[in-house]
Amino acid sequence: MIELLNVRKAYNQGRSNEFWALDGIDLVVERGRMTAFRGPSGSGKTTLLTLVGCLARPTSGRVRLDGRDISGLPERFLTQIRRRTFGFVFQQFNLIQGLSARDNIMLPAYPLGGDGRALRERAEELLVALRLGHRGDARVEWLSGGEQQRVAIARALINDPEVVIADEPTANLDSALAREFLAIVEGLKDQGKTILLSSHDPLVTEAGMVDRVHSLRDGRLVTAG
Amino acid sequence: MPAWLTRQQALIDFTLASLARRKLKNLGLLLVYTLIVFLLASVMLFGHALRREAAAVLKDSPEVIIQRMVAGRHDLIPPGYLDRLGHIRGVQSQQGRLWGYYYDPVVKANYTVMVPGPDAASPVATGRVVVGAAMARARGLAPGNLISLRAYSGRLFSFTVADVLDHDSELVSADLVLMTEADFRAFFEITAGHYTDIVLSVANPQEVRNVAAKISAALPDSRPILRDEVLRTYESVFNWREGIVLVLLAGALLAFAIFAWEKASGLSAEEKREIGILKAIGWETGDVLKMKFWEGALVSLTAFLLGYVAAYLHVFHFASALFEPVLKGWAVLYPRFELTPAVDGLQVATLFFFTVFPYTVATTVPIWRAAITDPDAAMRG
Amino acid sequence: MLFQPAIIALLLASGTGLALLAAAAPFAWELIRRWDIASGSERQLRLERRTYLMSTLLTLVFASQLLALLLFVFNADRMAVMFVGAMCAVGALNVDPFGFPALASQIAVFFLAAIWLVINHVDSRASDYPLVRVKYALLLAILPVVALTFTLQLEYFLNLRADVITSCCGSLFSSEARSLGGDAAALPARPAMVLFYGTLAAAVATALVHVRSGRAAWLVAGSAAAAFVAALAGIVSFVSLYVYEHPHHHCPFCILKPDYDYQGYWLYLPLFTAAAAGLAVGALRPFAGIPSLAGILPAISRRLAWFAAGGFTACAAVATFMVLRSRLILIGG
Repeated sequence: MIELLNVRKAYNQGRSNEFWALDGIDLVVERGRMTAFRGPSGSGKTTLLTLVGCLARPTSGRVRLDGRDISGLPERFLTQIRRRTFGFVFQQFNLIQGLSARDNIMLPAYPLGGDGRALRERAEELLVALRLGHRGDARVEWLSGGEQQRVAIARALINDPEVVIADEPTANLDSALAREFLAIVEGLKDQGKTILLSSHDPLVTEAGMVDRVHSLRDGRLVTAG
Repeated sequence: MPAWLTRQQALIDFTLASLARRKLKNLGLLLVYTLIVFLLASVMLFGHALRREAAAVLKDSPEVIIQRMVAGRHDLIPPGYLDRLGHIRGVQSQQGRLWGYYYDPVVKANYTVMVPGPDAASPVATGRVVVGAAMARARGLAPGNLISLRAYSGRLFSFTVADVLDHDSELVSADLVLMTEADFRAFFEITAGHYTDIVLSVANPQEVRNVAAKISAALPDSRPILRDEVLRTYESVFNWREGIVLVLLAGALLAFAIFAWEKASGLSAEEKREIGILKAIGWETGDVLKMKFWEGALVSLTAFLLGYVAAYLHVFHFASALFEPVLKGWAVLYPRFELTPAVDGLQVATLFFFTVFPYTVATTVPIWRAAITDPDAAMRG
Repeated sequence: MLFQPAIIALLLASGTGLALLAAAAPFAWELIRRWDIASGSERQLRLERRTYLMSTLLTLVFASQLLALLLFVFNADRMAVMFVGAMCAVGALNVDPFGFPALASQIAVFFLAAIWLVINHVDSRASDYPLVRVKYALLLAILPVVALTFTLQLEYFLNLRADVITSCCGSLFSSEARSLGGDAAALPARPAMVLFYGTLAAAVATALVHVRSGRAAWLVAGSAAAAFVAALAGIVSFVSLYVYEHPHHHCPFCILKPDYDYQGYWLYLPLFTAAAAGLAVGALRPFAGIPSLAGILPAISRRLAWFAAGGFTACAAVATFMVLRSRLILIGG
């Protein structure tokens, strides 16, 4: 469903510190699969996920989503596609301090302008499904690391995306919590969602539910396993 | 509800929540903003109320006042002038007036001494006077008291205070002393037939200028003063003073705009991170702009309301304590008067342009700069 | 120059607006030259981000211009007291030769701004931003008009002297005067009514045709412009008479006063909205052929035509109501 053709991405273009984070990537991500990217830090894993997830545009090359070329879309339209198609779980969780778990979960839905009550119901369902039912009103900074991770997952799911993207999801978790995370993700995969992960944690990349693992080095794909 | 409406509602909800999370920073801004609105609104409300007051007073004054000029100076009207005016077409009635100034060494202040017209609201009897409120305060007078005044001729006169004028229009009546024509002539030694000036009423307002022209022709040494001209002069003098004060406040306004710019561009790392997160989880630049717009609108509206209400109270309930000395007259007998409350659409629109507009302009670029944070910053950071 | 708050505010508003637009002009020029939607280069990304700033700034400038238009008329009316013979806004605007040109120019800015905002709206809905160059070229074209408005306003206010004798509306709009206003007032009531209702009806009809068929866009714009002029002429030559219940008081501004319960706003707001919407229909017409706009433009164009039809109908209805309610009898009897 997602195709990358000779994708390159530069930062600080035209300046002395110009640097190509990705340098000619060809990749196909299949629907309903779990794909993991591994590689040392600076290898371009995160940049690749931002391009796949419509967070950024490639400097050159093509990105196709369900056959549609989205690489030339302005941010406004890229965002429209992104917020319906992708849900993100970040390494630092990136929750907004001072807001309750419930408010954090509902944030991605605000710009869509849907019905408020339906949105609250959906947030409630997600809270319960992720064993956060009793923590909905708690401010996120009062939650434990595992709870914060689950809030971040719930937030990624609020708009019911087809694809869930997780960047280094287990970097801040101990092994028990990392396994719990993988279990949740497996459940999502069973629901038919496409999962994309980046990690250098063998616990993740070698887990049984991962269908494909791609290795990156210096902005290029080195192996396809 | 349509989608765009629920979207705005959600954005406003979020904005309120994030304003509340940064109370201290926002309170500081709100305070300065409110102060600016308060200052400007006070100047405007005060000026506007003064203009209305003057207009209300002048509404009942005669259309034309005629003064006689001798050597370029205001002089008494000699006998015979009144009759000669009666023949001018369009003049409904004419009447000689007697008034003058009296310096009272006791309180070191000037009074305006007047003979009330025949249809005046407060007629006086011989030997009695009606005095203005400020004068009554200065000399501690109440109805029934006796007041002695030494005339310019050196003779001492005693009057009984019949009444004290009420506060309604103290701006013009503060230092007033009303007495009968006979008392006035005796006090100032003005012989019968002479008057200070003449007032005319003209039936048709369109005719006033023609009448004035005819008077100038008939009595070449006279100077007709038209009510409209006085009104116009008041209007432009008050406007001018208000304008000057506003220009003096321009510095404050500029400082405020810079302050707003500073506040908006000096986003804390925390706020920057938040905007990055919002963009990463699906907010668009336009959504962030809208949220920030609502934030600005809420702050502006609050500051505007608070500042305006405070100014209203200041001007109409606390007698503009802060800048009475600048905008009012300079007499020793200081009028203490309550202005009639008046709110005016033009004024509110003007005030809006002086406060909300600069604030919005000053914050636009910083807000935009925050809103274009890269959506992938949250992941790379 | 008269030194008073409303004037300072107006000059502040139009001066700031001009400064903002002038500051935006180099960026607009860069956008026109360097725009390349297909590119993913950092420069293109930077340009795209800048379009957000430009749209925001322009919305701000244009919103303030709209408010300034109201304030300008409002203030002119209020200043009338200060000029001998001026009884309302007309007299105040006539104090020096720049008053009416300044007003006309401000109205022109309003319509151009409305058209720009409509084009911006349409453009930002198509994923390839097909009108970016048009939009920013138009912006560069509007800049001189805004500059002209500012200059005229400045000249007008600088030339004001509180004691200049001016004609009041009674003389400008009386039948002898040989100015444009005089011509409209000289139009006898009956033909003026025919013209007023005729052109408004034509404008509503073409707008409705456009709503149904999506055709006749040029006609909508043309008839909207004609209806705008005819409606102003009608207001001067007969509607105002009915409002004032006075057979020779032709002033188009006094109806905005509180003395007449601000009735004028009910006439002018729908009229200006409708005219702007109608003109915008025509302004969008040249872009109807762009493929990426095919699914967007017709719907917006029709909605605008709806606005135009509704606004003109409302204007005509309000005028009719004013005429029927009045105790003045001009025709027949």
